[in-house]
Amino acid sequence: MKLIFEKGAPGQHLSLLPACDVPEVEIVSPRAEAPELPHLSETELTRHYTALAKRVHGVNDGFYPLGSCTMKYNPKINEDMANLPGFTNIHPLQPEETVQGCLEVLHTSAKLLGEITGMDAMTFQPAAGAHGEFTGLLLIKAYHKNRGDEKRTKIIIPDSAHGTNPASAVMAGFTVVNVPSGPDGCVDVEALRSAVGPDTAGLMLTNPNTVGIFDRNILEITKIIHDAGGLCYYDGANLNAVMGVVRPGDMGFDVIHLNLHKTFSTPHGGGGPGAGAVGCKALLAPFLPGPVVEETENGCHLAVPEHSIGRVKNFCGNFGVVVRALTYVLTLGQEGIPEAAKNAVLNANYMMKRLSEKYTMAYAGPCMHEFVMDLQDLKAATGCSAMDIAKGLLDHGIHPPTMYFPLIVHEALMIEPTETESRETMDEACDVFLALWDLAHENPQALHDAPTRTPVRRLDEVGAARNPVLKYTPND
Amino acid sequence: MGSYIPNTRAQREEMLSAVGVSRVEDLFAAVPHEMLLEHLDLPAGLSELEVRRALEAMAAKNKVYGTVLRGAGAYRHFIPSVVKSVISREELVTAYTPYQAEVSQGILQAIFEYQTMICALTGMEVSNASVYDGSTAAAEAIAMCRDRKKNKALVSACADPQTIAVMRTYCFGSGMELEVVPAKDGRTDLEALKAALTADAACVYLQQPNFFGNIEDAKAIGEAVHAAGAKYIMGCNPIALAVMETPAECGADIAVGEAQPLGLDLAFGGPYLGYMAANKAMFRKLPGRIVGQTHDVDGNVGYVLTLTAREQHIRREKASSNICSNQALCAFAAGVYLSAMGAEGLRQAAKLSMSKAHYLAAELAKIGLPRLHEGPFFHEFATKCDKPGAVLKALDEQGILGGLAVDGGILWCATEVVSKEEIDRAVAIIKEVC
Amino acid sequence: MTFPAELKYSKDHEWVKMLDGATALVGITDFAQSELGDLVFINLPQEGDEVTADEAFCDVESVKAVSDVVSPVTGVVEEANTELEDEPQKLNEDPYGAWIAKIKDISAFGELLSAEEYEAFIEKK
Repeated sequence: MKLIFEKGAPGQHLSLLPACDVPEVEIVSPRAEAPELPHLSETELTRHYTALAKRVHGVNDGFYPLGSCTMKYNPKINEDMANLPGFTNIHPLQPEETVQGCLEVLHTSAKLLGEITGMDAMTFQPAAGAHGEFTGLLLIKAYHKNRGDEKRTKIIIPDSAHGTNPASAVMAGFTVVNVPSGPDGCVDVEALRSAVGPDTAGLMLTNPNTVGIFDRNILEITKIIHDAGGLCYYDGANLNAVMGVVRPGDMGFDVIHLNLHKTFSTPHGGGGPGAGAVGCKALLAPFLPGPVVEETENGCHLAVPEHSIGRVKNFCGNFGVVVRALTYVLTLGQEGIPEAAKNAVLNANYMMKRLSEKYTMAYAGPCMHEFVMDLQDLKAATGCSAMDIAKGLLDHGIHPPTMYFPLIVHEALMIEPTETESRETMDEACDVFLALWDLAHENPQALHDAPTRTPVRRLDEVGAARNPVLKYTPND
Repeated sequence: MGSYIPNTRAQREEMLSAVGVSRVEDLFAAVPHEMLLEHLDLPAGLSELEVRRALEAMAAKNKVYGTVLRGAGAYRHFIPSVVKSVISREELVTAYTPYQAEVSQGILQAIFEYQTMICALTGMEVSNASVYDGSTAAAEAIAMCRDRKKNKALVSACADPQTIAVMRTYCFGSGMELEVVPAKDGRTDLEALKAALTADAACVYLQQPNFFGNIEDAKAIGEAVHAAGAKYIMGCNPIALAVMETPAECGADIAVGEAQPLGLDLAFGGPYLGYMAANKAMFRKLPGRIVGQTHDVDGNVGYVLTLTAREQHIRREKASSNICSNQALCAFAAGVYLSAMGAEGLRQAAKLSMSKAHYLAAELAKIGLPRLHEGPFFHEFATKCDKPGAVLKALDEQGILGGLAVDGGILWCATEVVSKEEIDRAVAIIKEVC
Repeated sequence: MTFPAELKYSKDHEWVKMLDGATALVGITDFAQSELGDLVFINLPQEGDEVTADEAFCDVESVKAVSDVVSPVTGVVEEANTELEDEPQKLNEDPYGAWIAKIKDISAFGELLSAEEYEAFIEKK
């Protein structure tokens, strides 16, 4: 498909702005040449983007069991509420008394999400999960520093963790201590015990973990860290499995981030914007980024916590995303929140059971909201890898599961159906998965050649990286 | 209660028996019993009609101003209808990060086009696929410049205070030193900057136009920065770039900025969009995702996420940034906006904004609110004002959001959406007070 | 897979070619490049970097992974092969021609194997 720069013609344009009604002013230091931007009529312009949209698989195009990403249905009411003019037209630096509605959104969201997670305070400034991790770790850093405990420089992270965890720890100025997982995918408690010490600042953990298993030793794990003087950070990537059932705060965690764009149904937008709300226990609240919302008798106010680590982002974060998440939480409410988690877990176990007929599971069930299949055996027997199965799914209109994650499983496919998929959809998908397993044995080449029905077929990633072409340059 | 679960009670029972358990609670057997939540203290769920009423009631507690004369980092510009129409397509709204390139070509191509447009605006050679906002872009740019011998970042005091605050937080994390270079008459003090450019200075961040709307001598500053062996980061308003000298022309190594003006709502501060572009020597240090052009097995042109081995999911603790999700849909919107405006439309928006701001400044000067600083400015400027509270209150009562109170006066902004009539009305109201 | 007899090899899969008593070229072995797959970028060391035997001194990237290159010697980088920045594929196509760095002032060596010993070592893996 042509690029937008290759369409239209110089002189084509939309009619958007009026003539100038005040004296015109010239810039003192003008750029040498006008920027080369597209020039199209409105017809051509909108057709271009319609064509692009058709070349994207979204949640409404079909099943999207992308493990760890919680691709649940994104309710349309959320979009409508975020697009209310009373929200979209608000300048972030308006006087406090004119933004009481926005502050109420933030304050109510903090209260409700605090209850769901067992946390005492919350900020919505971080824009994404990784940004939340960075923020949460800085809270831990500031907490130790404030107590004059400057020797705590290490963050313990299990080897099954997502790459953002160690990357965030380093950005926050910590060194990373990796601890191995046991054969069941859970933290090796003895290894953890020998890893802690007076230099332990904290632990980062996802629970259920990245292989979809709830770590039954969680209370012991958080106690080991606390006894050593460290704090516990909960990566909320997998909260969808347990929301309303068990709370990170009750597992012993001191600080968490939530991916509102996973658990709380806000859309992913092709890679963002998300929101990485950070919640914490009272002991860390004085260090939260400012401002936070405080409620008093005469309304909501913005205030900067006493020992705030400072800002991590402009204004109050991705506010529009918070509106969507609040809409969702209010919709589901007391019964709906745990109901969603339980059905997410049921759906995952149902698919796990059906796929166990042929595929090898990396860890025995029951799983939580997702499970990992290990395709090493299939690869050895047929030459077809996790990648080949994934590409085969594309030809059936199914978005593949997460591939090659976590790193501790070599030919991993991680499946997370979410609670918003029907049994019918999952049955159809299971039939396809099982048929592809057969195809791998009967005609592996067909899978190596897949996909064949997508807008483009397998792309040369090596060529793209060796000779990076990162922008359009006109051919003269 | 509202619910998005399609399976009926009967279907769930069948699924449970297929799994081999009698109750869904059995699947949570690994959770220690004493930890299970007995009571979740949330309100009962709501129907769609009820939840709509609840949110509309909150929105109604906000005040929407008919006229906005305030910027300071967030700008009300005209947004063509095509922008929202395009980015409301549910494929684009709901898709994840384009890891499966074969079914994500629409997003990948749009980001490739966005990268091209950011390069066109800034004159830089390589753009990434976006970061969270202008301030985090600036903070990430600083981190790109750090090396073993250079651990100090300099930032002009004329940068947006929020940007400086975010940099400070990131430096608290990384251990980099941040030094604020003082201002002189509303602009960066070049002599003070030269003095601060010691051997350990990794980089200098300059905002253009600066927080006070003033246009800096960015070329001269760039020369001083490079003479000291440091990297030069410019944070530029993207609408101003339609007409102003580009960061590349000023010698910048990295160009960043807040791209909210490119078709994004004010939305109480977010989601916005941080753009980041670099010259060829530094592009591999850019954080976050980058889309590249390639071919498929049949030779068709296609697009993929590329240079991914720089990123956290592969490099883990050795990655220079942890960014994962970015602001993809906002970048998409900016791409649609720039395509709809075209070079001429964008120039018109820039010139209209600048002309209206100059008209407002002239009218305010006539009624006793002269500018705080001399010299060229773009679409923002600060004026003296003895009673900013009274002025802003009087405007507020008439549905006008006046400028932002700053040290010594008020920081005003005008864009193309403000008419001469509105400006005249605002000035008349102020005249009554002053 | 080839292992030229005139080179020495480390158990971390680097080769060493002595130019004189204290200067050597180093690179990655044919075995290493085949295990790593198509390489797309190398983060070269800088001239003047002090390198230590058995410690990482640069890394190579494939599309899906990044791998440390461990120095087989202790010394100082005299020159890095900047041609590899534009043509990382040479590491795959011609691993013994595609030297990564010239190391001078070599003061210590890690454990180095002969071609025969190295071949036997990788057989066992």
